Amino acid sequence: MATKNFFTSSVGRKIIVGLTGLFLISFLVVHLLINSFILVDLVNPNDNGATFNEAAHFMSHNWLIRVVEIGLFAGLIAHIAMTVKLTIENKKKRPVQYAVFDGKANSKWYARSMAILGSILLMFLAVHLSQFWWPTKEALYITHADENSFEMVKATLTNPINLAIYVVGVVALGYHLLHGFQSAFQSLGLNHKKYTPIIKTIGTVFAIAVPAGFAFIALSVFLGLVQ
Amino acid sequence: MEHYNMNLTLKVWRQKNTKEKGHFETYNVKGISSEMSFLEMFDVLNEDLVHENKEPIAFDHDCREGICGMCSMYINGRPHGPWNATTTCQLHMRAFKDGETITVEPWRAQAFPVIKDLVVDRSAFDRIIQAGGYISVNTGVTVDANATPISKVNADKAFSTAACIGCGACVAACKNSSAMLFTSAKISQLALLPQGEPERHKRALDMVHQMDEEGFGSCTNTGACEAVCPKEITLESIARMNREFLSASVVSED
Ligand code: HEM
Ligand code: SF4
Ligand code: FES
Repeated sequence: MATKNFFTSSVGRKIIVGLTGLFLISFLVVHLLINSFILVDLVNPNDNGATFNEAAHFMSHNWLIRVVEIGLFAGLIAHIAMTVKLTIENKKKRPVQYAVFDGKANSKWYARSMAILGSILLMFLAVHLSQFWWPTKEALYITHADENSFEMVKATLTNPINLAIYVVGVVALGYHLLHGFQSAFQSLGLNHKKYTPIIKTIGTVFAIAVPAGFAFIALSVFLGLVQ
Repeated sequence: MEHYNMNLTLKVWRQKNTKEKGHFETYNVKGISSEMSFLEMFDVLNEDLVHENKEPIAFDHDCREGICGMCSMYINGRPHGPWNATTTCQLHMRAFKDGETITVEPWRAQAFPVIKDLVVDRSAFDRIIQAGGYISVNTGVTVDANATPISKVNADKAFSTAACIGCGACVAACKNSSAMLFTSAKISQLALLPQGEPERHKRALDMVHQMDEEGFGSCTNTGACEAVCPKEITLESIARMNREFLSASVVSED
């Protein structure tokens, strides 16, 4: 009974949301690291994206990374499936709404808007994958064309509309993480007088710095600071 | 504190019974003293209604000293009104200004059906406690005081979670109508003490199961519950419940 109940219980499901959320966060760190190689051109003008291309080539060819990539998609799907299910169920728990609801008196808006922020993220991810992930796969497996990841990034992000979508995406990510980072630890049962304030501080820094990092790199490409 | 009188407009939810659809009714009350409690203001209003041969407003109350948890009123968008760590009976009219309009609604949650007007059925909470919020081992004869050592830290935490009065404000404030603050307080007060140890795992599993059965939502850690809890139970308690539930799920042989 207990094992079966775990996956259908409110607490068990929330633990899965927390675990998958943290897993996705670990991926962000790697993703930002790879992207940051684009900036090598700032210090070494002769780089012309070569370092980034090398890193991208490694990521798309290493077999271990390929396996992790499958795990990543599984984690993302599990995260979305669980959170969508929980959000829909939770909505039904209050059939008659309050006439007056003073939300800001008791909690932060982004904490109450995780599903909306997540949905924006999902739309962004669809665009993002079609712009950056799919072309790489297409070149690799279908057209067998030469891949030049840096040129592809440049072609996409010099378009102001694409840049705008990118910035909206990372801002949504920032707010999602501003609540989500510390929330994941709470869901896993980690709340401690000494450590929770530290986790919250790290979470806030992470939620601002990581999206800002992504945005900075994209902006550098848009402005032609890296060629 | 300076005393003053005030006239107020009240928008109160009226609902004949569980089945019927409710609606807001507007009332004017005059000469309310700033030293009255919110419930006393309702007594004045109800007396007026009785004199006018109208049905008085049904609302829950008992101790009127902040310890029974009965006085459920959702006042201007917040359970128990604007003051922190306060029940409706302890909310004083000095929290309001002359001429203000105050909206009063019942707790709204599928698991707390309205019985009449502002009175809701909170027996779902009783059933969660019945599912495991007790100690069934025979305690035998009276033992010497201090025979069972308990750390001061745990004793204090058990005591502060035991302060939960089952008012339901946590559910009322939560956007998910989650009862996790309540359930976790009832689990914590026993999980922290040696007397609660033998049934610890079964208790966590059974109480969480009952909480879900009753139709409460799941937690998204917004913290609205701890912000409105009159007894200042915190999210630490929910984290403890999650830990208890996780370890119980792993250890359980079923
Ligand atoms: C792609 C679509 C996504 C959707 C629809 C989505 C949706 C949600 C929702 C509804 C929640 C629960 C709200 C809450 O617990 O307060 C949540 C929590 C969370 N999400 Fe996402 N999310 C998405 C992507 C991501 C990504 C890409 C990350 C990280 C990089 C992430 C990290 C988290 C974290 C850390 C939590 C908190 C987990 C917890 O409180 O237990 N999410 N997400
Ligand atoms: S946890 Fe606080 S708000 Fe919830 S029922 Fe107990 S006393 Fe009321
Ligand atoms: S009437 Fe008992 S707590 Fe308010």
